[in-house]
Amino acid sequence: MPTSAVFTGLDWHPVHDARELVAYPFMQHALAAGTIVAVTAGVVGWFMVLRRQSFAGHTLSLTAFTGASAAGLAGVPVIAGYYLACGAGAVALAAASGSRRSLSRESAATGSVQALALALGFLFISLYHGLLSDLDSLLFGTFLGVTRDQVLVLLLVAAPTLALVAVAARPLLYASVDPDVAGAAGIRVRLLGLGFLLVLGISVAETAQITGALLVFALLVTPAAAAHRITARPVAGVAVSVALALAVTWTGLALAYFSVYPVGFWITSVAFAVYVVARAAT
Amino acid sequence: MSAVELRDAEARVGGRTVWRDVSVTVERGAFVAVLGPNGAGKSTLVRAVLGLQPLAAGRASILGRPPGGANGRIGYLPQRRSFDPSTRIRGVDVVRLGLDGARFGVPLPGRRSRAAAARVAETIDLVGAGHYAARPIGELSGGEQQRLLIAQALVREPQLLLLDEPLDSLDLPNQIGVAALIRRICRERDVAVMLVAHDVNPIISYLDGVIYLAGGTAVEGRPEDVISTEALTALYGVPVEVLHASDGRLVVVGAPDLHGHHAH
Repeated sequence: MPTSAVFTGLDWHPVHDARELVAYPFMQHALAAGTIVAVTAGVVGWFMVLRRQSFAGHTLSLTAFTGASAAGLAGVPVIAGYYLACGAGAVALAAASGSRRSLSRESAATGSVQALALALGFLFISLYHGLLSDLDSLLFGTFLGVTRDQVLVLLLVAAPTLALVAVAARPLLYASVDPDVAGAAGIRVRLLGLGFLLVLGISVAETAQITGALLVFALLVTPAAAAHRITARPVAGVAVSVALALAVTWTGLALAYFSVYPVGFWITSVAFAVYVVARAAT
Repeated sequence: MSAVELRDAEARVGGRTVWRDVSVTVERGAFVAVLGPNGAGKSTLVRAVLGLQPLAAGRASILGRPPGGANGRIGYLPQRRSFDPSTRIRGVDVVRLGLDGARFGVPLPGRRSRAAAARVAETIDLVGAGHYAARPIGELSGGEQQRLLIAQALVREPQLLLLDEPLDSLDLPNQIGVAALIRRICRERDVAVMLVAHDVNPIISYLDGVIYLAGGTAVEGRPEDVISTEALTALYGVPVEVLHASDGRLVVVGAPDLHGHHAH
């Protein structure tokens, strides 16, 4: 396919194209939602990579799919399904992984939760004889039809979540790199671990609304993993992670707007390119 | 007031008595090694001092408080800790966590933050880790990591330092170097040190005292008095011989559930 056939909406004039990108309300909402999601995913993803809980993040993203399909079946808003299922998934993972003393036991427990979540999601989809085209956007994301209310909910959930992470940042960092000594210093390591999984669940529920359940990782893991390679300074690392997540989201949304390819594909591809460059350069 | 005082203490783990009738004293500013065969309860003793292992019997006073009551004045380095090579956090950050890592809230730049950074830098200089503290800790050698972890335990200027096998993963020159460092800190900062060791030989010349756990109890005293044929035979309850090798090393022979060839 020639370039002009992929990027059907592009004028190849930067100022004109940028103006066009923010001209319509639906695109303004998508950009606002993407910005909120990218900041959340960048911050929480940095801690997730540090704690080696990418597998837990992946499991929660499949739980988001379960929640969305259950919500469809029950006739409640899909967004409620995302948040409820990811919260329940976080509690289940915390209970299953226990004290995190053995990473192999933890990953086995996480895998079991993941398989169950996926099976339940499949069951709900089978029972739900609605429009199957919804399944596509549940799994792979969409930026069409993000409403003003949805942006508001994203913001109302993200702001306190990020405030919580900021307040607990030092104990969380301590418990993540050095749980034994952190425990002796009076930090309640297991409680903090459960709290982090809940924050991770919320972040997944937010991210899934833009990228879809299967492509949550593009924003949650890839910018954070690249940031860890670029700098070993904690504050700078979080900042780089957020900056990369924002760049990936905005670029992905713009490419999706001007092209015939879906947003999930673009965000994931841009994120992957960022990671490859970070690996090659460091 | 002694740094650590245990009287007739008993510890039970999972219903089994690990040791009993343990009465030991560690004076302020003293460097004491905790020795004994595997499973004698050396780490249990450290955990009891921290209040993480409740005593089944006896009394304990740690820096004048019950166990757990003075942990803010104790620096602790747990057993066998090395960072995964992929841990991308700088050494200086790990030391900083020892200072204010348990505190909630957002640290703001300012005078307090600068004072904290200065304290961290000073402690890193004290352990001689200045030239590698800015590198990710996972990339450092075992000896380098150990020095930074000692700095982390020291950064709050504790009065008691509990080090659980800090020399275990190090080669001999590094064992001696770290032991010399601990001795120097002990003297300069008047910090009491309890160091759990597997092999006393590299550090024996630095020690003020020894606590030897075996046979379900413990003896304490000066190193040359405790690591003797008479004292260890009485402790183990079976004939044990302490040999003086020609290079000055002490070798314990005949101790039950010990590897006969292993030096203690």
